[in-house]
Amino acid sequence: MSVRSVIGQAGVRLAQAVATPLVPEDYLDVFAPLHGSSLRARVVAVLPETGDAVTVVLHPGHGWAGHTPGQFVRLGVDVEGVRHWRSYSITSRPDERHLTITVRVQGTVSHYLAQSTRGTIVELQQAMGEFGIQSPAPAKALFVTAGSGITPVMGLLRAVRLADAVIVHSARTAQTVIFGGELRAMAAAGDLTLIEHHTAHAPRLVAADLPRLVPDISQRCAWVSGPNSLIDGIEQLYTDQGWAPPTIERFRARVADVGQGGSVEFARSGISADAPGDSALLDVGEAAGVLMPSGCRMGICFGCVLPLAEGSVRDLRDGTVTTAGHDEPVLIQTCINAAAGPCSLNI
Amino acid sequence: MTVIQKNPESPIAHLSDADIEALGKELDALRERVIDSRGQRDADYIRRLIDVQRSLELASRGILLFSLFPPAWLVGTTGLSLSKILENMEIGHNVLHGQWDWMRDPAIHSTTWEWDNVTPADMWKRSHNQLHHTYTNVLGKDNDLGYGIMRVDEDMRWSAFYLAQPLWNFINMLVFEYGIAAYDLEIGKVVKGRKDKGEFWGQAKRVLGKIRRNVTRDYVVHPALSGPSALTTLSANATANLVRNVWTHSVIMCGHFPSGVQTFSKSSIEGETRGQWYLRQMLGAANIDGGPLLHLLTGNLSFQIEHHLFPDLPSNRYQEIAPQVQEIFERYGLVYVSGPMAAQLAQAWWKVVRLSLPNPEPAAEVGVDRPRLVA
Repeated sequence: MSVRSVIGQAGVRLAQAVATPLVPEDYLDVFAPLHGSSLRARVVAVLPETGDAVTVVLHPGHGWAGHTPGQFVRLGVDVEGVRHWRSYSITSRPDERHLTITVRVQGTVSHYLAQSTRGTIVELQQAMGEFGIQSPAPAKALFVTAGSGITPVMGLLRAVRLADAVIVHSARTAQTVIFGGELRAMAAAGDLTLIEHHTAHAPRLVAADLPRLVPDISQRCAWVSGPNSLIDGIEQLYTDQGWAPPTIERFRARVADVGQGGSVEFARSGISADAPGDSALLDVGEAAGVLMPSGCRMGICFGCVLPLAEGSVRDLRDGTVTTAGHDEPVLIQTCINAAAGPCSLNI
Repeated sequence: MTVIQKNPESPIAHLSDADIEALGKELDALRERVIDSRGQRDADYIRRLIDVQRSLELASRGILLFSLFPPAWLVGTTGLSLSKILENMEIGHNVLHGQWDWMRDPAIHSTTWEWDNVTPADMWKRSHNQLHHTYTNVLGKDNDLGYGIMRVDEDMRWSAFYLAQPLWNFINMLVFEYGIAAYDLEIGKVVKGRKDKGEFWGQAKRVLGKIRRNVTRDYVVHPALSGPSALTTLSANATANLVRNVWTHSVIMCGHFPSGVQTFSKSSIEGETRGQWYLRQMLGAANIDGGPLLHLLTGNLSFQIEHHLFPDLPSNRYQEIAPQVQEIFERYGLVYVSGPMAAQLAQAWWKVVRLSLPNPEPAAEVGVDRPRLVA
């Protein structure tokens, strides 16, 4: 161990001894929020994209571990004093200094970000998600996207060179295609083949259209990003044809089975709430003011797992009912489970 | 129906069951109005307060590095005392009540907060939030009535131990931080063998850990960093801790011990309704009159009545709703106990002195089956 690191460690320990019962980072929160007690980012710029979309350029603070192309990031902002979180696909390359996300302005967090100014501090979580391209990249690739589903694909296209890529993208009109100019320029330069589908003039894009639009579809590795209806149809097509399953990016957990709800007790918080059968317990808890752990909110990351002490819950994706045994709590993902009758969570 | 209503001397004899339920509904509606209007202004308040307190603490500790110079000692000690008071009262006490949980900020949340007090936050939350706030002023249930070392109500049985209770109270005031820890550890119960030994030692270890860290900070590291000013920094930190102890003890004495505050028997709260619970909180607490600085430094416990009615509403709102609460008191013919700090404190101390002796007419007074005026 070097002298420098020994001195550094002694300094940290000294700072900790003075800061107790807090940690030194709690004091940095006051003066240097990007070096403070939680991971944060500073808004560098907000740039207009097409009509209702903006690109937000962020400078991530100390502790940001970087991302791989195709991943998403969760941003937390305080609106009317209450913290709200939302996930956004990262569209910048990993080697860029700043992090960019492109936001369709439609929810609480997106509105806040679109109206934010240079210097605004937002909460950040480390990048996550499995929507990547393996190395070496496949010889032939297909991307099927709709609406803001283009954003994670843009993160991939900007960062990874592909020999032969086809993009089938659905948007309402040519003008509402996010990154329309950049995609068309890439197509004109011969970097990719762009097939645009505009629903203002044609019926909605469905999986059955794909073999006609992309004749060599069976030879291509596929990535799909868009609304659940499109993804479900394409997954079915690939299963029926016996092709290798596509890589999927969902923006919302698929809700397949809704039953009767119940009352949920957040035992250690001393809070109870009515939990409708179609609401994830995570949302119910947050609305009731419980400090719920959370992650991807789509049933992927297990960041929201809590012990179910009593009662039953139903998995919103497939209807599976999980019941806590007597004195035997089971761990459940709160982001994709709803109450199935009265239940109690240990938080 | 609570027993309190059968008492001819009772301050609530004029209220019917229906009145009490209507009272409860009005208070519920008031609470709902505040909850619906919580927002940016409140979040800004607590965040700014935390920033101010931490800046004040850092600046004071910085100035105390030169505490050998008397002006530096004076300014630094004053700043650190104020910082510790803010940290314990307006920030710590209120965050631990969950008053800011609605912000969903894990950094300002009752489940994650730890404070500059030797009793660990979760132990204090149990004794204070669950026991004291639920069983406020119920004899035999609310141990805050005398903290187990004092007799503060005629209906508490006298013993010779209480003869020295002015002294016990004075000592407790000086070392209040440790007094609270001993209280949360339920040392009295341990002595009587009514508490699980394993549980006690587990808790005691955590308290000792906090004591070690706090003592290291205030009496070892900070003085050591002060070099030639080591001894004066040590005395400054000891003074700041003492000032904080005396202040918090005094504020808390004013909350439940002044004249006019009611106590209740165990049987009177059986089957208590929401309205009756509210009524008990209204009669069981006292406010302190004063200006904005006093309210801030008491952690808004100068609005003890409002705090007891709504322990989890943001503290900056107590002052705002106080006129509405007072109006409800008047309309229902109830006494809103409030007074200047010196008067309230004097009354509370006088009670401690007076009740160190047995009741003048023991035969008529003893018994815990009915609530009574304790003035």
